[in-house]
Amino acid sequence: MMFETKRGTRDAYGETLAELGYHDPRIVVLTADLAGSTKTSDFASAHPDRFYNMGVAEANMIGTAAGLALSGFRPFVSTFAMFATGKVWEQIRQVVAYPKTPVRIVATHAGLTVGEDGASHQMLEDIANMRVLPNMSVIVPSDAVEAAGAIRFVAKHDEGPVYVRLARAAFPVIHDGDQAFEFGKAEILAQGTDVTIAACGLMVSVALEARDELSSDGISAEVINVSTIKPLDRETLLASARKTGVVVTVEEHQIINGLGSAICELLSEELPTPVVRVGVDDRFGQSGNAEELLAHYGLDVSGLVAATKQALMRIVT
Amino acid sequence: MDMQALQAKANQLRGDVLKIVTTAKSGHPGGALGMADLLTALYYKYLRHDPRNPQWEDRDRFVLSNGHTCPILYAILADQGYFDRDELWSFRKLGAMLQGHPSTAWKIPGVEACSGSLGNGLSVALGMAMGAKLAKRDSRIYCFVSDGELQEGQPWEAATAAAHHRVDNLCMMIDWNGCQIDGRVADVMNVGDLAGKFRAFGWNVHEIDGHDYGQIMNAYVSFLAARGSGKPTAIAAHTLLGKGVSFMEDVPKWHHGFLSKEQMEQAFADLGLGSPSA
Repeated sequence: MMFETKRGTRDAYGETLAELGYHDPRIVVLTADLAGSTKTSDFASAHPDRFYNMGVAEANMIGTAAGLALSGFRPFVSTFAMFATGKVWEQIRQVVAYPKTPVRIVATHAGLTVGEDGASHQMLEDIANMRVLPNMSVIVPSDAVEAAGAIRFVAKHDEGPVYVRLARAAFPVIHDGDQAFEFGKAEILAQGTDVTIAACGLMVSVALEARDELSSDGISAEVINVSTIKPLDRETLLASARKTGVVVTVEEHQIINGLGSAICELLSEELPTPVVRVGVDDRFGQSGNAEELLAHYGLDVSGLVAATKQALMRIVT
Repeated sequence: MDMQALQAKANQLRGDVLKIVTTAKSGHPGGALGMADLLTALYYKYLRHDPRNPQWEDRDRFVLSNGHTCPILYAILADQGYFDRDELWSFRKLGAMLQGHPSTAWKIPGVEACSGSLGNGLSVALGMAMGAKLAKRDSRIYCFVSDGELQEGQPWEAATAAAHHRVDNLCMMIDWNGCQIDGRVADVMNVGDLAGKFRAFGWNVHEIDGHDYGQIMNAYVSFLAARGSGKPTAIAAHTLLGKGVSFMEDVPKWHHGFLSKEQMEQAFADLGLGSPSA
């Protein structure tokens, strides 16, 4: 399966947010000197009175967003994932997660595909940092269409805080334009019987391509897009694991405490199933272009195919 | 309330603070006693709020950033009818509403923000102040911080942003008592001339004696008059940790702790209150 169109999840975010701003006067947007890179500049141009550049001071930005939420506004906070979930984890815990303040943290530049900037900016621990926090929801859109849907959802989600993980790179577009994002629902993109591949973000398109390759070897893979990592769609994942009996998880994140860990936690308690986690294995990233990096860390189609075959061999032996 | 009445009220609230921490056998009375005068003036004279309608949209808001001093806030909120006074005696107990640090998660009426991890509150207050301006509400936001807390970096980010965004409906009070858990602020990590620092950050600064009601009232009135100036206000208040209790005043170890029966008798006598058991 080859995807013809590519589009940045951050581009979809910027466009959607600016559009939502016309209909919802409660939306306010904050960034820390990264309006252009996070595409919140679209909102800034359209709604300058509701856009705040907070300078290179992320900790204060989180608190300010919480204060705006407590005043009845619907704040979106955007910077790179490294800063949004790493530098300010304590602020998020104290004034966003604990009081269940509906702050929308939408971070761009997550994962290895940041590319040339290297390890300092390649955030591979953000899902871990956010999913451990009580009250926090975690969404990782698989393409620009789903990103737009997710942003429409979180804009109206006043029940608590949400973290949305976006990227710098353009992602293959795998959804049709009219497909909606469904919060808390894992999406079975392709049915299969031999192995379940559960993926998030950019890795969903990689999983779909890997499925084609596996299919030519006579292996039937079920591909699931787990775009809501918290709360996890237990039913869909358990049903698929019950059917195939082996699960491969793949994410552009540390294999510790990300999607793979979340699925291992579920399966070990509810339905012990062999699992192979594909991701970055307890290492930091490095400079390079995005595609080279993905291949180097085993996050390309051939890496995923090899890992999936290994997983199948494990259950045979 | 006139000055004498405010002063008497502050001492009554100091007595409540001591009873709260001594009943709990846990808590932070020192800073709370030092802040009592500024907070009494705020809550009984200047803050526009409604204890019967804590979520009144146009209310002024108060954020206690140095959240460990919350016994004084809880004493005030109970006295003003936000909740039943009996709640004060379950402070810090399992399942009790009055958590060890202020919490909106526990829906404490009158508490506006979760605090306790130092450095967060001024940012939240800034957001509230910006929100009030954006919503065109004539709401003023007050925030207490402490001198030790200003060793954190985040309040200085907030200080820069408040001046940049011309947030003149924000008033920060600094509990400048020179004490922190490990000893004197000057010895642990000297914060220097806080009044000068905030002036340099572009704030209106009033450096006052935090126990002199004339100066306290002048400072609050100056803040109210600063609306339209485009500048946030800092009240840098020199205070005494443990103010009003002879054996606690300016003794850093009273940052936290509770009192013996004899100490309670002495403290209540110092404050001109009746018996602590009454």
